[in-house]
Amino acid sequence: MVYFDNAATTKVKQEVLDAMLPVFTENYGNASSTYTTPGINAREALTEARQTVADAIGASEREIYFTAGGSESDNWAIKGYALKNRAKGNHIITTTVEHHAVLHTCEFLEKNGFEVTYVPVDSEGMVHVEDIEKAIKDNTVLVTVMFANNEIGTINPIAEIGALCHEKGIVFHTDAVQAVGAVPIDVKAMNIDMLSMSGHKFHGPKGIGALYVRKGLRLDNLIHGGAQEQGRRAGTENVPGAVGMAAALKLAVDHMEEKTAKVTAMRDKLIDTILAEIPYVRLNGHRTKRLPNNVSICFRYIEGESLLLSLDMKVSSGSACTSGSLDPSHVLLAIGLPHEIAHGSMRVSLSDLNTMDEVDAFLKELGPIVKRLRSMSPLFEGVE
Amino acid sequence: MYSEKVMDHFANPRNVGEIEDANAVGTVGNAKCGDIMKMYMKIEDGVIKDVKFKTFGCGAAIATSSMATELVKGKTVEEALELSNKAVIEALDGLPPAKIHCSVLAEDAIKAALEDYYHRRGEAVPFECGGDCHECAHAHEHGMDQE
Repeated sequence: MVYFDNAATTKVKQEVLDAMLPVFTENYGNASSTYTTPGINAREALTEARQTVADAIGASEREIYFTAGGSESDNWAIKGYALKNRAKGNHIITTTVEHHAVLHTCEFLEKNGFEVTYVPVDSEGMVHVEDIEKAIKDNTVLVTVMFANNEIGTINPIAEIGALCHEKGIVFHTDAVQAVGAVPIDVKAMNIDMLSMSGHKFHGPKGIGALYVRKGLRLDNLIHGGAQEQGRRAGTENVPGAVGMAAALKLAVDHMEEKTAKVTAMRDKLIDTILAEIPYVRLNGHRTKRLPNNVSICFRYIEGESLLLSLDMKVSSGSACTSGSLDPSHVLLAIGLPHEIAHGSMRVSLSDLNTMDEVDAFLKELGPIVKRLRSMSPLFEGVE
Repeated sequence: MYSEKVMDHFANPRNVGEIEDANAVGTVGNAKCGDIMKMYMKIEDGVIKDVKFKTFGCGAAIATSSMATELVKGKTVEEALELSNKAVIEALDGLPPAKIHCSVLAEDAIKAALEDYYHRRGEAVPFECGGDCHECAHAHEHGMDQE
């Protein structure tokens, strides 16, 4: 089976699994236990994992907090900071194209007395620093902008937005779930105060993520209970998860250059061939400032789910029909696409485990399927 | 999430296309909602001799269109008017809850074509189409929003 849905989740790499297995059966001890029986204590493995994750984004070890995933990290960063700093102000700035983990968290805060500005993006899905600046008010306490978009791949000017926030004394969070392990990140150089990541997006396990919180930044806890994670996130540490995420992230960062070259070549072949050979299509997102692994295309006159079902390869769609809701993706609508075009979207998200042969096979299969579905579509009547 | 029968009717839809000398044509749905069905019928002596469809929509929209044409082909106009979305669902061995509206649209598409047949003959339409026949079967308006 050809798997082209790596933005949804990825396969755990063998090296990652190998790193995790001993933590299940050998050093399975509770990382917070006071005894330090040699062999079973997991604290060392946890500390090492935390250091690896910190190194990958230019943070220090004590600034990394393990969570259950990207959604928890987003929830904690936004709710935790907003609630802790309510006295300073109750205005939050985000964008219209965020993941629902951010959008629904902001909506929750709106119901609880906060004011949220949803800054629009341009037709390529890019957030503009000037638009963030215009939205800033006296009572703005937090800006949260995604590093790279999960649907259309556009990479935002994060360092510039961070610099603006710091100039204005506002805390800056970024949901970097799609970017970590895919593009270079340095939280200090990029003026990032909080950053969310998720292990399963870069060939680590599911159920583990992390939130980077800049030293000295105060936020309310989200998960209350024991004193794990420096007293800020309760719950027995998921040591196998943390070890797996760290191993996966180290692989991703250590091999970023070669991996990016390989994945970008596949991405560009897909984009260039589809745009050249299939009529009535459009590329969603920025052509160059995009994730190396993301291809997002709208095929006019056909509906995304029927395209997905016709393909042997596993891809994804922003059509309403694949999401269980009836409106097409909020991201595709936010970049200005009419509903009928947004319904015809397809996302291919690659990984370094994919091959150019798979890309070629996919391209060979795609054209005839699009043609067939269009021949069945009443919208296509009279177009050709 | 789809039954084998749905996948079969999606992958190998029956009666796809147009009928040039159709004497009954009906279109329902709306591109904005992501599904449009167009039915063509050739009706002779009150019997549906031929029926074809074109659909823009998801897998279930294509499969329900295909099944609806199968269920009315060779039937009398009166028999075809009895077609319900439930019959389409049963014939397909079920549909996921979020896709029920596709079966409603398929029933409406058949009715829209039959309504056109009566109009062309200058006859009164002997059924009510529930106001949906030319409207978008947008489930927001039907209280079927899954969110």
